[in-house]
Amino acid sequence: MMQQLILYPLLLQLLLSILLMFFWKKINWQRGISICGSIVHLALSAYVFNYVWRNGTQIIEAGSWEAPFGIVFVADTLAITLVLLTSIAGLAVSIFSAASIIPDRLKFGYFPIFHFLLLGLIGAFLTGDIFNLYVWFEIIIISSFVLITLGGEKAQLEGAVKYFTLNFLASMIFLTAIAVLYGLTGSLNMADLAGKVAAVENRALVEITAVLFLIGFGIKSAVFPLYFWLPASYHTPPSAVSAIFGGLLTKVGVYALIRVFSLIFVEDVFLDQILLVIGILTLFSGGVGALVQNNVRKVFSYLIICHIGYMVVGLGMFTEVAIAGTIFYLIHDITVKTNLFMISGLIFRIKGSNSMRALGGFYSEYPKLSLLIFIPLFSLVGIPPLSGFWPKISLITASFDTGSYWSLAAIIFASFITLVVIAKLWAEVFWKNPGKIPKRIKFDYFHNIKKPRKIQFVVPIVFLSIVSLYIGFGAENIQLLSSRIAEELTDNSQYIEAVLGNPQTDE
Amino acid sequence: MKTLILKTASNYLLPVLLVFSIFILLRGHYLPGGGFVGGLIAAIAFVLHAFANGLENTKHLLRIHPGFLMPVGLALSFVSGLAPVIGLDDPFMTGLWLPQDVPVIGSVGTALFFDIGVYLVVVGVTLTIIFTISESA
Amino acid sequence: MEILFAIIIGVLYAAGIYMILRRSLVKLIIGIILLGNGANLLIFLLGRISEGAPPIIPEDSKMFLEAYADPVPQALILTAIVISFGLQSFAIILVKRAHKVVKTDDLDEMNATDEDS
Repeated sequence: MMQQLILYPLLLQLLLSILLMFFWKKINWQRGISICGSIVHLALSAYVFNYVWRNGTQIIEAGSWEAPFGIVFVADTLAITLVLLTSIAGLAVSIFSAASIIPDRLKFGYFPIFHFLLLGLIGAFLTGDIFNLYVWFEIIIISSFVLITLGGEKAQLEGAVKYFTLNFLASMIFLTAIAVLYGLTGSLNMADLAGKVAAVENRALVEITAVLFLIGFGIKSAVFPLYFWLPASYHTPPSAVSAIFGGLLTKVGVYALIRVFSLIFVEDVFLDQILLVIGILTLFSGGVGALVQNNVRKVFSYLIICHIGYMVVGLGMFTEVAIAGTIFYLIHDITVKTNLFMISGLIFRIKGSNSMRALGGFYSEYPKLSLLIFIPLFSLVGIPPLSGFWPKISLITASFDTGSYWSLAAIIFASFITLVVIAKLWAEVFWKNPGKIPKRIKFDYFHNIKKPRKIQFVVPIVFLSIVSLYIGFGAENIQLLSSRIAEELTDNSQYIEAVLGNPQTDE
Repeated sequence: MKTLILKTASNYLLPVLLVFSIFILLRGHYLPGGGFVGGLIAAIAFVLHAFANGLENTKHLLRIHPGFLMPVGLALSFVSGLAPVIGLDDPFMTGLWLPQDVPVIGSVGTALFFDIGVYLVVVGVTLTIIFTISESA
Repeated sequence: MEILFAIIIGVLYAAGIYMILRRSLVKLIIGIILLGNGANLLIFLLGRISEGAPPIIPEDSKMFLEAYADPVPQALILTAIVISFGLQSFAIILVKRAHKVVKTDDLDEMNATDEDS
C-alpha cells in the first residue's frame, strides 16, 4: 500500500466527490462529509509531504505501463508542497462554504463539484505527462464553470461568458501546442520530452511551441496582456468560490509555467526575456488597476494579477535564488489570497456591501475581527515579519545578481502600489465613518445568525491567518523548502532520472 | 413531432439499440467500440424515444433520474481502478484479468468494469444534458 | 493529403477565431466548435497520417509484423473530443441561460460586471 502513497490525496478527493454525489439533496450530510473529508485530506497530504521530504521524488506508473509510454504521476517537492497547500486552502474554503453558501446553491451540487475542482488541481500538480496535464486542466475548468454559474444571477452569467470563452481559448491553444510538440518529438512524457526537445534541430518551431504554451498558460494564470477575463468574472460568484479561484486557480497556471519552462524549454534566452518582460508589465498593470477600483473584491482581483507578476519575473530570471523567491511567493500567495476573498465574503455578510465608498467603521464595531483581518492584509503588503516580505528579498537579490534593473524597479513599484492600495482599503473600510448602505431584504446579516454558524465563518480565516503567520515567522523553514525546490527545478536531471531511471544503470 | 410511424418504430428500436449499445461496449477491448461509444448509443436510444413519445414518457420509462447514473458509474470505475491497489499492491488502474474466458462476454477483468462505469456515466451525463436543454426550451 | 489537411485546419482555426470575435453569442458557440475540431484534426495530422495495421501484436508473435498506425494520436483525439463535447454542451446551456437572463444576444451589452459597484 505504501507504493501508491502519492496517489492517495488524489483518490481521496475523487472518493469524496463520488460520495457527495450520492447525497445530492441532503445538504447537512454534504456539509459534514466535505469538512470531515477535508480534514482527513489535510492529514493525509501532510503525511505524504513528510514522506516525500524524507525520501525524495516518488513516482507511480499508472496501470503499470512503463514510462515514457504510460502516464506517470510524479511527486517532487514542488508538486507535493502544492498538494499540501491545496488541501490547506481546501479545508478552509470547505468550512467557509458550509456556512456561507445558501442552500439553494448547495442543492445543485456545490460540494461534489468543489471536490472535483480540488481533484483536478491535485491531479495537475502530480501528473508527469503533458497531455494528462491538459486533461486535469479541463477537469479544473469544467468544475470552475459550474461553480461560477451556480445560482445563475445576471452578473454571474455575464462574467461566466467571458470566463468561459477565454479559458476555452486557452485550452485550445494548449492543445495545439501539445499537438505540435507531439509532432516534433513523438512523446508526451514531460521527462522524456526534456531530452527530446533539446535534440530537435528545428529551433524555430520549438520556440513557437514554447510561445503557444506561454500563451495558453498565460491566459490561465492571468499575465499582462491576457488577464482581462479575471477582473470581469472573479467578483461575481459567492465569495467562497472566489476564494478557491483566487487562491488556487490562477496558481495552477503559474505552476504549469514553472514546470514547462524549467523542465522542457530550458536555457532559452529569448523565452526568459519574454517572461521577464511579461512579468514586469503584469506587475505594473495589475497594481495600477487595483488602485482605481471601488469594489473590495475587484481590488483583490487586480492584486491577484499584480502578484502573479512577482512569480513570472522570478521565473524569467531563472537563477536558483529567483526561483526560490518565486516558490516562496507562490506558497505565501495561495494562503493569503484565499483568505482575502473569504474576508471580503465576511465583510459582505456583516455589512451587506462590498463597495469601499459605502463601507466604513469596521474597526469600531468589530475590533477583534479587524485585528484578525489585519494579518492577511498586511502579509500581502509584506511588512517585515509577515509572510510577503521574505520572498521579495530573494527576488530583489536575484534581480541585482542578474542585473535586470527593470524588474527591480517593477518589484519595488508593485510593493509600493500594494501598500497604497491596502492602506486605502484599510482607511476606507475600517477607519472612516460608514456611509449609507441600503438594507438588503431576505439577507442573513452576520449579527442575526446563530453562534455556531458565526464560528464557522471566522474559523477558516483564523486558520489561514495562522498559516500565514507561520510562513512569516517560520520563514527559515519555508526558505529551506523553497531553496530545495529551486535546486530541483534548476537542475532538471533529478526529475528526469526519477521518472526514466538512470540511463547508465538501465542498460 | 408525434407521428405514428416514428412512435411505433421507436418502441421497437429502443430495445434493439440498447442491445446494440451493450454489444459495442463488450467488443471494445480489441475492436472499435467501448464504454463511451456504447453509452452514446444507449443515450441516443432514449433520445429517440423521447422524440417520438415525449419527454415525460421517457422519464417514466427510465424510472430513475439519469443523473443518478453518474455517481454509480464513477463509483464502479473508481473501484475497478482501485482493486489492484488494495488487492495486489500494484499501481492504480493496473489491469487484472480472470485466467479463463467467460463465454459470450470474452475475457473479464477490471478494464471491463471500468468501461461499464464509463458507459453508465456517459448515459447519465448525456441524458441529463439533453433533458435539461429540452426542458428549458 | 497532408497539404489538404493543413489547409483545412488553417481554415477551421481562422473561421473559429473569427466567429469567437463576433459579438453574437450563437456565433461564439459556433466558433468554439470549429476551433475544437481544428485542434483535433491538428493532432491527427501531426501524429503522422500513415496506412498501417492496428497496433496489436498477434498472439503467436512477439513483435509487429507490418507497418502499424500510431495509436497515441487517436487516443488523444478521443479524449479531446469527449472533453470538447462536455464543454460545448455546457456552453450551449450557459448561452441559453445568459440570453434568458440578460435578454440580449450581443456581447457588447453584457457589461454589468465592469460597472462600478
